[in-house]
Amino acid sequence: MAISEQELNALKETAKTIRKDIVNVTEWAGGAHIGGALSMVEILVILYFKYMNVDPKNPDKPDRDRFILSKGHGGVGFAPVLARKGYFDFDELKSFNRFMSPFGMHLDGSKVKGVDASTGSLGHGLPMAVGLALGARLKKESWKTYCLMGDGECNEGSVWEAAMAAGHFNVTNMITFVDRNQLMIDGKTETVMGLEPFTDKWRAFGFIVKSVDGHSFEELAAAIDFAHNQNDKPVVIIANTKKGRGVDYMEDDVKWHYGSINSALSEQARNSIDKNG
Amino acid sequence: MTEITGTTWTVYDANAMTQAEIYGHVLAELGQTHPEIVGLTADLAKSTKIGVFGEKFPERFFNVGIAEQNLFGIAAGLAKAGLLPFVSTMAAFASMRACEQVRTDICYQNLNCKIIATHGGISFGTAGSTHNAHEDIAIMRSFPNMTVIVPADGIETANAVRACIHHPGPVYIRVGRGFEPTWYENEDYGFEIGKAVTIHEGTDITLICAGITVLQAGEAAKVLAEEGLSVRVLNMHTIKPIDQTAVMQAVLDTRRIITIEEHNVIGGLGSAVADVIAASGKGCAFEKLGLQDEFSLVGYPEDLYAHYKLDTNGIIEKVREVMGRDFEEDEEWKDEV
Ligand SMILES: Cc1ncc(C[n+]2csc(CCOP(=O)(O)OP(=O)(O)O)c2C)c(N)n1
Repeated sequence: MAISEQELNALKETAKTIRKDIVNVTEWAGGAHIGGALSMVEILVILYFKYMNVDPKNPDKPDRDRFILSKGHGGVGFAPVLARKGYFDFDELKSFNRFMSPFGMHLDGSKVKGVDASTGSLGHGLPMAVGLALGARLKKESWKTYCLMGDGECNEGSVWEAAMAAGHFNVTNMITFVDRNQLMIDGKTETVMGLEPFTDKWRAFGFIVKSVDGHSFEELAAAIDFAHNQNDKPVVIIANTKKGRGVDYMEDDVKWHYGSINSALSEQARNSIDKNG
Repeated sequence: MTEITGTTWTVYDANAMTQAEIYGHVLAELGQTHPEIVGLTADLAKSTKIGVFGEKFPERFFNVGIAEQNLFGIAAGLAKAGLLPFVSTMAAFASMRACEQVRTDICYQNLNCKIIATHGGISFGTAGSTHNAHEDIAIMRSFPNMTVIVPADGIETANAVRACIHHPGPVYIRVGRGFEPTWYENEDYGFEIGKAVTIHEGTDITLICAGITVLQAGEAAKVLAEEGLSVRVLNMHTIKPIDQTAVMQAVLDTRRIITIEEHNVIGGLGSAVADVIAASGKGCAFEKLGLQDEFSLVGYPEDLYAHYKLDTNGIIEKVREVMGRDFEEDEEWKDEV
């Protein structure tokens, strides 16, 4: 499924909209995990606006593709994608974080349409994704499972327990993404708890590794197409990204893992997104 | 960052800092005279404020990355090697992600390891149920050898951190996240692990509290005093071992008890108090305020505290209700207690 020029432009526009949405929701919410939300935008956009078989009007349809945001603190980035896809009205996000809102920092699958798993505690997503994929295979159903993790998240032992199982059970109807933005809360991943040689680790656990520019729709599409067309081993796509991507004063700055912005900073952020994409 | 040099905390310091920040500073101060103290966290040096200790003693500080099971396993090893680990992460992850490491590696082996669990209860309300911890007290009190402390405010947190060093074995200290206003004005009110503090005397009803509810109940008692109600308020900062004498004295003196906690009403402070009363064979009017066996709503902590009736207004409402309740009097009690 190569990307046409026209499709590429549409995806880029959507990504821009989502980035500005993230900024707006962060301002309304009084604070959110904005850095890691901005780094994963292209991954979510290409999945929801190009690849995934989902129907916002029928969010629970049994043959839908599943998506697990294992880095659940990215809720502020995931919710606008679901809104723009049509699961609910974007204005509902004005209540984000507020009393009795369905939208907290970590999206609750029992309250928010389109959310396949309630996540937020890191290291839970991949095990659930492996279970979903094994379930689909057992029932001879053709839907796919996608799972997106943070790189810091890959410190968790449960990630590697699930990776071992995916390799062992040869789970090929699941695609794993890692948002490799090189930052966690306390600093750089390689300073706090080194992950490198990261691709070797995944290979050793039985995966085929595709390392791509996580902000390039073309590279993401090529990796996803590759994964869809092979039945040999599970695939992990290491998406090399920038935390805070699109907002000049946030890019690659660990202090924007979680932050609040006033209206001036919010406007500055939207302008930066307009300029940089 | 403010440089704290004194050894005593004033209400001024405590209101300007979170409980967690005070804990970080006290630990950094204790580190000077206790070379055996080591600090550990899991990518939450900044959020839990154990980083304050880490900045001062980088060689005695281990950030293990986002890996809580490993965190507590490593702490157990350090304790076995003769060091005194203080381990800090969010209460949800200390009590649930690393549950078995805390139970089997630390409590079963009765290791001298101190856990400072932050973001307890619903204090991180906007994060929702993946990060709230309204079952941690139930979990921790069920582990043999474990001592469980829920300080009322930043000043009591300072006291608890100092005291736990002289209290061998595992200790779980649960604090909040936000800028909880303080009840205490300074550290000198006689904090002792296992001994409840009466913060308001009374004879009509007793409110048994821990954590943020101490202040709220203290304020409620003042308001109710104006209506002529005499309300006793106990700060039951140590939930295990619970101060049985204080509980039974309250039953005897007031015969009406409400427990108030930022936790599920199953297994926490209310259950601990109920155990004492049930075992005594005495009856009294009894009510537990807390989360009524549900996952919490999303929202800012103040809104959630009001919703779950853990604030002054909610407590006053409950007191009035329980005051109107009938129960069987038993005149024989007095000589038995
Ligand atoms: C089990 C668990 N431990 C700790 C946390 C607190 N926490 C939230 S986000 C985060 C850092 C995540 O870093 P990374 O996975 O790299 O995400 P990103 O940089 O993409 O935001 C941590 C430690 C958590 N949510 N879950």
